[in-house]
Amino acid sequence: MNLDDMYRETILDHNQNPRNRGHLENPTKSVGLLNPTCGDEIALDVQLDAGKVSDIRFSGQGCSISMASASMLTEAVKGKSAEEALAIARNFKSFLTGTTEPENLGDLEALHGVSQFPSRVKCATLAHNALEKALDDNQPQT
Amino acid sequence: MMDVALVDLKKDFPILARPIHGHRLVYLDSAATTQKPQVVIDAEVDFYSQHNANVLRSVHTLAEEATTLFQNARQTVARFVGASRPEEIVFTRGTTESLNLVARGFADKFLKPGDEIVVSPMEHHSNLIPWQQAARRTGANLRFIELDPVGQITLEAARAVIGDKTRIVALSHVSNVLGTVNPIPEIAEMAHAAGAIVVVDGAQSVPHQPINVAQLGADFLAFSGHKMCGPTGIGVLWGRYPLLEESDPVMYGGEMISFVDRETATWADVPEKFEGGTPNIAGAVGLAAAVRYLDDVGMERIHRHTTNLGEQAFDRLHAMSGVSVYGPQRPHSGVLAFNVDQVHPHDVAQVFDSLGVAIRAGHHCAQPLMQWLGVGSTARASFYLYNSDQDIDVLVHAIEETKRYFRR
Repeated sequence: MNLDDMYRETILDHNQNPRNRGHLENPTKSVGLLNPTCGDEIALDVQLDAGKVSDIRFSGQGCSISMASASMLTEAVKGKSAEEALAIARNFKSFLTGTTEPENLGDLEALHGVSQFPSRVKCATLAHNALEKALDDNQPQT
Repeated sequence: MMDVALVDLKKDFPILARPIHGHRLVYLDSAATTQKPQVVIDAEVDFYSQHNANVLRSVHTLAEEATTLFQNARQTVARFVGASRPEEIVFTRGTTESLNLVARGFADKFLKPGDEIVVSPMEHHSNLIPWQQAARRTGANLRFIELDPVGQITLEAARAVIGDKTRIVALSHVSNVLGTVNPIPEIAEMAHAAGAIVVVDGAQSVPHQPINVAQLGADFLAFSGHKMCGPTGIGVLWGRYPLLEESDPVMYGGEMISFVDRETATWADVPEKFEGGTPNIAGAVGLAAAVRYLDDVGMERIHRHTTNLGEQAFDRLHAMSGVSVYGPQRPHSGVLAFNVDQVHPHDVAQVFDSLGVAIRAGHHCAQPLMQWLGVGSTARASFYLYNSDQDIDVLVHAIEETKRYFRR
């Protein structure tokens, strides 16, 4: 087994130098999610202006995969419309389970190796689930 | 000094010969579940291939044999923990079910509003949530014995909480995270003087040291088969016979009754009234084989060996830079929680796995303890009779590799 298949350089870079980490002063939406099997937690603050994700921050604690994935996600969706952002989160989740080609995923594509490690898939998708909660009006807000 | 002859027993465990990612398997996750010796595997195979039948029901030959094996297993376990009679052994699915049985069957019946249940912040969720819920149902209050700075329960701290209102003291004997060994006999004396009963979570102690329920001072003792070389899905609740008699059944159905009419039912005697439905017969037979195996090796010897490994590992990791270890330095059972600076435990465990080393990472079903430690989660290495000094060398090496990998 090669660890490098999972821990690509890009991932370690996002883990060590997270982008958009922190909080927003007056977020439009704020969602916290827990991964109860490992105790990881993530909070997303999203600023929506005219239907666009004008700003986004993440906070919390977790493994390198969950933190890098959150960092990459914030970069991928910043400046996109809420619909586009939601599509990215969903595309990533099906990309990870091997059913879809990546679309507009940017650095997130580096996480593909995680699909070989089923127990870590939930780490990689934690931030994406939080974003879905924040942007999908059909989902209950926490 | 390492018990070399004991480590030689590795050959009794077929799975330990399986390479993982091209490395020798170093199994350091016995606090989660232990590996099984061939004699236990054989006992289950023999039961299903030669004696399988339902128990306590039929008169045919197989049913007689299965019933005898099942009841012999009860006797074997009773002897192992020093029960005064085999009926004091209730077979359950494991520690969790055993503790829930006490909370439902005993606590619900006897607790009144204002009564107190005493626990500690180091409890596994299975010895906390059943009491949280029993308190809600009965109006009793939950109280915590606070830990000292290294995570031990002192008698002073226990004395500060156990008092006139205490009805139940529910504590783990050995922490599944900190490796702390709690002074159960002394606390039991205190609890009994206050008129309380003592429930002991023995999941991490019964597999590792000689246990005599009378010396322990427990009124109920819960433990799991799979953490002591036995099969999964079989566990034990030992209780003092009069307390079991007073307790209500919590699972209604077949074989737990005495007489049933359209509207009412009366219960079978202890322990059958707690064992509604077809029990895990093969599991009980396998557990008895595990008990015989451990007895042959010697529980004193196993205790010395795993404590020695736990303390050695504590010292080795404590001396490493960028590594935190938790719990007391001495005595320290064969469970060692640790963290590598700036590397999340999941990432630690992933690097370990690539080297063939199996450890646990997470909150270990003890979130209040993680809150007390001020960490989100930890890595945990745990030892059993098949581990050796060499495995600690591998553990230290794996930590060095982890640091190297994540700090390049």
